[in-house]
Amino acid sequence: MDFGKLIVISIGAVFINNYIFSRFLGICPFVGVSKKLDSATGMGFAVIFVMSLASAVCYALNTYLLVPLKLEFLQTLLFILVIAALVQFVEMVIAKISPSLYTALGIYLPLITTNCAVLGVAVLNVNEKFTFIESLVNGFMGGIGFTMALLLMSGLRERYETADIPKPFQGFPITFVTAASMGLAFMGFAGLSF
Amino acid sequence: METIIIQSFVSMAIMGLVFGAGLAIASKYFYLEKDPREEQIIEALPGANCGACGYPGCSGYASGIVKDGLPVNACIPGGPAVAEKIAKIMGTVAEEKIAQIAFVRCQGGKEEAISFANYDGYYDCRAVFAIAEGGKGCIYGCLGFGTCTEVCPFDAIKMNDNRLPVVNEEKCTGCGKCVSACPRSIITLVPRSKIVFIPCVNKQQGAVVKKICSLGCIACGLCAKKCPVNAIEMVNNYPVINEEKCISCGYCATVCPVKLIIDRKAPRKTYIIDEEKCIGCTICKKNCPVEAISGETKQKHVIDAKKCISCGICAEKCPKDAISMQK
Repeated sequence: MDFGKLIVISIGAVFINNYIFSRFLGICPFVGVSKKLDSATGMGFAVIFVMSLASAVCYALNTYLLVPLKLEFLQTLLFILVIAALVQFVEMVIAKISPSLYTALGIYLPLITTNCAVLGVAVLNVNEKFTFIESLVNGFMGGIGFTMALLLMSGLRERYETADIPKPFQGFPITFVTAASMGLAFMGFAGLSF
Repeated sequence: METIIIQSFVSMAIMGLVFGAGLAIASKYFYLEKDPREEQIIEALPGANCGACGYPGCSGYASGIVKDGLPVNACIPGGPAVAEKIAKIMGTVAEEKIAQIAFVRCQGGKEEAISFANYDGYYDCRAVFAIAEGGKGCIYGCLGFGTCTEVCPFDAIKMNDNRLPVVNEEKCTGCGKCVSACPRSIITLVPRSKIVFIPCVNKQQGAVVKKICSLGCIACGLCAKKCPVNAIEMVNNYPVINEEKCISCGYCATVCPVKLIIDRKAPRKTYIIDEEKCIGCTICKKNCPVEAISGETKQKHVIDAKKCISCGICAEKCPKDAISMQK
């Protein structure tokens, strides 16, 4: 196994091609759940979990089902189906096996059933022609990058609570302005790309 | 061409069926037993998620009742009506809980209390408190930035023109959100039946208070001295009412030199005894805290208007309803 490539993929997924700041995927939970630090943490962990799982399962289905049948054009459809079913299944299992983890992940698990960042990971894994391990690392690190963005944003937004923001900018406008500037800042990481 | 359509259709249909069946089986296999009563209780609760019961939201309280056997009367906004509903669902009897109401212990608005500085910044009492304590002369009084009005989930507390919070008694449920939000701990919960209040928490010397607020307790101790049942005690320059001793006569309100003490039964008038109804049982005489009633057994009793403090205890105790307030 090529560990060098795995590190490249990891750094790429977290910083250079951050799912929120440079791919602009998963903006909905990014804006919706970043109001408080603890809910952002919960959401982040749920995303890491689902992204890793989804990239593993989608890789397997794509390689052993769609490619042999030459039905690659059904990727998006199948991936949505798989992720939705998977999240439902995992939610049931967690509720039964570990109620404490279930309450910790809480409402965030079903929220990311149809999250585009999760679907994005699965599709990108196929486009980049990653192996199974590489897909898994890409999914996991993509989740880490997502969580980092969410935590950064929620930290800033908690400060906005006491900041003197002009009336027209209060709420979502200032959030979007902040997200845009953070996206610009993350463009700096493009220089890192190998 | 057709084979692709058929292939994709069939494979997707199979996948859908497999996932659907899988989830159906999983939901049976991982079935979690849920108490149907929990759902009923959630429906019975007000759904304000105020947290006054001490649990995170109404559903948290509901599962607490079912699983941990919490008391059914912890929902303060719902009051006895909701407690009874929950008791019915759980098959127990609801104990009555004393209804409470928020009470603001400050009367020094911008007209009464002196400010030595202006605050221009984020409009929130807690922010003001953290920076410079608001610039008000009184270090105990209401800051007047209305954080209590913002946290109230029932819209029951409003700021008046004098920049003092006013509690709407009909809307207030006694949940206590404003109590914990107030950085100066001015708001407290009191029983709804309470009649006499001291709306000031200033513990400074009288001379100091006089300079900074025209409606502040100057710690003269007159209320404590004049109280007919010795229910008021001066603690650290501040009168404390002993609720067990207090007879709600409102006499302290009349003697207070700054007219600070609130008497909800005011204005009171002295009481008189209807001579035709009086049977001379002496119950009123025994119960009068200031010995204003005179008269021998089996003879008509008389209230001395000069001594009477209009507490109304005699009227309550009279078995023949012979005592009433003067018109």
